[in-house]
Amino acid sequence: MSSPRLEIIERYCKGCSICVEFCPTHVLEMDGFLATVVRPEACIGCMQCELRCPDFAIKVYKE
Amino acid sequence: MAFNYEQYLRPGKLPHIWCPGCGHGIVLKGLLRAMDACHLDKDRTAVVSGIGCASRLPGYVDFNTLHTAHGRAAAFATGIKLARPEMTVLVVGGDGDGVAIGGNHFIHACRRNIDMTYVLCNNYIYGMTGGQFSPCTPMGDKASTTPYGNPDPTFDIAKLAIGAGATFVARTTAFHATQIDKLIAEGIRHKGMSVIEVLDDCPTAFGRRNKFRSVVEMMKRFKETAVPAATAAKMSAEELQGKIVTGILHREERPEYCEQYQQVIDRARGA
Repeated sequence: MSSPRLEIIERYCKGCSICVEFCPTHVLEMDGFLATVVRPEACIGCMQCELRCPDFAIKVYKE
Repeated sequence: MAFNYEQYLRPGKLPHIWCPGCGHGIVLKGLLRAMDACHLDKDRTAVVSGIGCASRLPGYVDFNTLHTAHGRAAAFATGIKLARPEMTVLVVGGDGDGVAIGGNHFIHACRRNIDMTYVLCNNYIYGMTGGQFSPCTPMGDKASTTPYGNPDPTFDIAKLAIGAGATFVARTTAFHATQIDKLIAEGIRHKGMSVIEVLDDCPTAFGRRNKFRSVVEMMKRFKETAVPAATAAKMSAEELQGKIVTGILHREERPEYCEQYQQVIDRARGA
């Protein structure tokens, strides 16, 4: 099974870093004031980032 | 699979106005998931708010919405519900809007037990107007108008709602994202006045004045201090000091206001 696909809508992201802190497998990192996907293969699809993002900026697509 | 929030959002409104990390976005997402779970019809649902940061929420949802005077959301919502009892009425507002300026409307909506769901985002502060202290600011904490600490005792919104007569009262926090939608959905399904207090983080007006270094720290504080209602029932008053009791805190059945009012109409018409 391939890793889930993460989409970050850059126009919506305000850089609060909630997604980075609550990701259990450290898939995301901050690039200045923008959350970015750095380790997509580590994603387990727990949806924590999508659930907690206050800005509708992350979507997790599973197969 | 990603939840399709767009189906319930007004197109072109995002990004929203709230500050980075503001919990109101998390509440909005929870509200949309709850409305989806309850299969609410867009034309038969009204979302009402007053003034404030949290009260900007109805501007983003693609339902019937009403943005009213400061603190008067419950009064406008009562009007909608009485005129159109078949509608599902939700009220969204902050602590300053709901229990300070609109405190009177809030307690009387609770007293009447009118069938509406009041989602009260308690972020401990007046965020939009510059961080003045609200009746929910914890004692000793700092706000722009209490720079040496707040001397006022704090409102317990859940106890206030129960005391005033609300028949469904629940509390959760912005950290407990999945609990937000479960409790709101439960409140929508409940017939009568439902009050769901969501403890929310305001990093801009409250957090930075009260030694929270980041919004994540505020979220973790909610995680550490929250105690489920069932666990809290076994704890002593000393152990519960500084804790947030979450979950459904009160539920009872009592005659609903619109039905009571209809009986008055029927009597007056000589039915």
